[in-house]
Amino acid sequence: MLETGIRLHGTALEEEDFKTHRVFYTTDIPKLQYAWDCGVAMGHYLKGLKQGKLLGTYCKKCKRTVIPPRVFCELCFRNMDKWVELKDTGIVNTFSICYVTWDMKKLIYPEIPAVIEIDGASKGKGILHLLAEVDPKQVKLGMKVKAVWKPKSEREGSILDIKYFKPI
Amino acid sequence: MKLRKVAVVGAGITKFVRRAQETAKELSYHATKMALDSCNMPLEEIDSVVHGTAPDAFDGVHMKGEYLSEASGGWRKPFMRSYVGGGTGVFAPINGWYLVASGMYDTCVVVCEEKMSSCQPHPQGAFLTIFDHTTERPLGPNLLWIFALEMNRYMQVHKIPREQIALVSVKNKRNALDHPSAQLGAELTVEDVMNSEIMAWPVTRLMVSPTSDGAAAVVLASEEVAKKITDNPVWISGVGWNLDTAYWTNRDLYYPEYVEKAARMAYKMAGIKNPREEINVVEPYDPFAYKELHHLEGLLLADKGQAPRITAEGITARDGKMPSCPSGGLLGVGNPIAAAGMMKICELFWQLRGEAGKRQVKNSPRTGLAQAWGDLMQVGTVVIMQRGD
Amino acid sequence: MSKVKLPDSKAGKLAWKGDIPITSRYTAGVAGQKFFQALKEEEKILGTVCNKCEVTYVPMKLFCERCFAQLDETVDVGDTGRLVSFSVVYIDLDSKKVNPPQIVGLIELGNSQARMVHRLGEVKSSDLRVGMKVKAVWEMPLGREGKITDIQYFKPV
Repeated sequence: MLETGIRLHGTALEEEDFKTHRVFYTTDIPKLQYAWDCGVAMGHYLKGLKQGKLLGTYCKKCKRTVIPPRVFCELCFRNMDKWVELKDTGIVNTFSICYVTWDMKKLIYPEIPAVIEIDGASKGKGILHLLAEVDPKQVKLGMKVKAVWKPKSEREGSILDIKYFKPI
Repeated sequence: MKLRKVAVVGAGITKFVRRAQETAKELSYHATKMALDSCNMPLEEIDSVVHGTAPDAFDGVHMKGEYLSEASGGWRKPFMRSYVGGGTGVFAPINGWYLVASGMYDTCVVVCEEKMSSCQPHPQGAFLTIFDHTTERPLGPNLLWIFALEMNRYMQVHKIPREQIALVSVKNKRNALDHPSAQLGAELTVEDVMNSEIMAWPVTRLMVSPTSDGAAAVVLASEEVAKKITDNPVWISGVGWNLDTAYWTNRDLYYPEYVEKAARMAYKMAGIKNPREEINVVEPYDPFAYKELHHLEGLLLADKGQAPRITAEGITARDGKMPSCPSGGLLGVGNPIAAAGMMKICELFWQLRGEAGKRQVKNSPRTGLAQAWGDLMQVGTVVIMQRGD
Repeated sequence: MSKVKLPDSKAGKLAWKGDIPITSRYTAGVAGQKFFQALKEEEKILGTVCNKCEVTYVPMKLFCERCFAQLDETVDVGDTGRLVSFSVVYIDLDSKKVNPPQIVGLIELGNSQARMVHRLGEVKSSDLRVGMKVKAVWEMPLGREGKITDIQYFKPV
């Protein structure tokens, strides 16, 4: 039985109760520093980015070219067969216009994250990146976009070697 | 495989609040105690315990299952923890179900708890690592992105106006006014939802469930034990779960294939041929307004792109033909991740027994379905429950 | 999110560095509120008692983990106890030397059989014995915050 109006356990506090120390509490900042290895596929992908290239991997059994690249095909569970250099253009699969940061602070200039299907990869295979040099209101699904790269001297083998994608 | 019948015989829940004074253990205890008391089950008659809870980083206890074990009735008992992200609240009862269905135990208490307020400045700090650390995190993503990207894809593929999605917030938050656990019950209009702050277009603030603290629990029993405890058991007639690849930018987000696969598994087990006629009440996972629609379609309870229409027609209203989220859902009752999914299981239990008070649906339901979803938009978990024999 | 930095080439392999930017904030809870109130205001260590299971919980616990009854009966277990076990700790979390070494003890309080872990002070490590009687040394009233550190340490009596 759970009727409306029944009194349940659970005591709601306000931020004020912490600020004024009306309730006892402790805090702790866990020391969580990680170094994530890039591994085989990602290491190669990042080297490609440094050279201004987008690389995918191809599975000949499933006839699939995927990006981000991986060493195994999750459909047939075999090793991928070869590297494929893809174009640095693609189409917008979906996008958002985001006005807040992860800790809910307002952004003055909204960000436009998008999934971009990369030309040369199989249909629907895309990556997450940002769009810029575009009025957010003008962004459409299916819009053609191209990577805007950092100057070669500033590239460091990072997804950020592509500054953003812009419409073409 | 010969499986035994498993019934839900008791349920318990706490209030869902933004910041609870109770510790995680105290929340777990209250929900578990209420579930046990609801069926007069002393703790010594519980054979096994399953606990569902989301990432350790929320509560800030990096052995959360073990930490909460004695508060869930697990003192010196076989205890296990289940976890599939947001899908946990409906996955934990599946784990409990197979402990009993397999013949291993006659009884199991399944408890889900979350205390997200421990995670400062915002629980999103713990969510950040779901994104790929090399190819995605450097872009500075936040959790809203993936929901907004999925919602936009869903809307644009089907040409769904945002107003129709806002209707889900209006319905669920209104339903929640009658739920004693509810954190955000409200009487709102579509305009209120549309005009609330845009967080990540197309998502506005009132289309998002809150972060919450809370717990919920059910008691499961084999047929023999259940019939001794109650004249009114609610049977778990089908379960299903399924995971898609974590390479989420390689999938078409407009439709949750993995939810369909989970649903088909559960329908097959429950012998359900025509879900739209046979499911009388449904609690799909609704952390964002569009997710209820997305999931109704994945569950095959609406044609692709047609869930907004059946919502507008009132089919999913509490007095409709197939009420959806009569509890008030995550949008209205709140979203203490794992406990929110379990809240849906509890709601079906009360609805199917006719014990939901003002929330009671009008179609004297025989069969209900609860579903949860999570991880990197990749898991679907489904439980079908049935009244009577 | 703190910005993730670039490949650590010195290590000879590519790695991305990052963190999980969270601060955990733990409420004392409903039972804990009373426990720490008594600690701070009254220099008392309180427990809750389950008469059925004959168990005392220190710090206070809202419920008995054995029979699942909600516990309402509190008991002042006193601030003296018996050393059940101890360790002399020479390194910190990062394996750095701690000088002087830190002594931690498992202390059985009063006649309760309830045990809590705390620091030991005013004692040479060579004098430590299991079974020795110890007593709480309290933080001065104005310095207390309603935390377990309101007891500075336990010392032999």
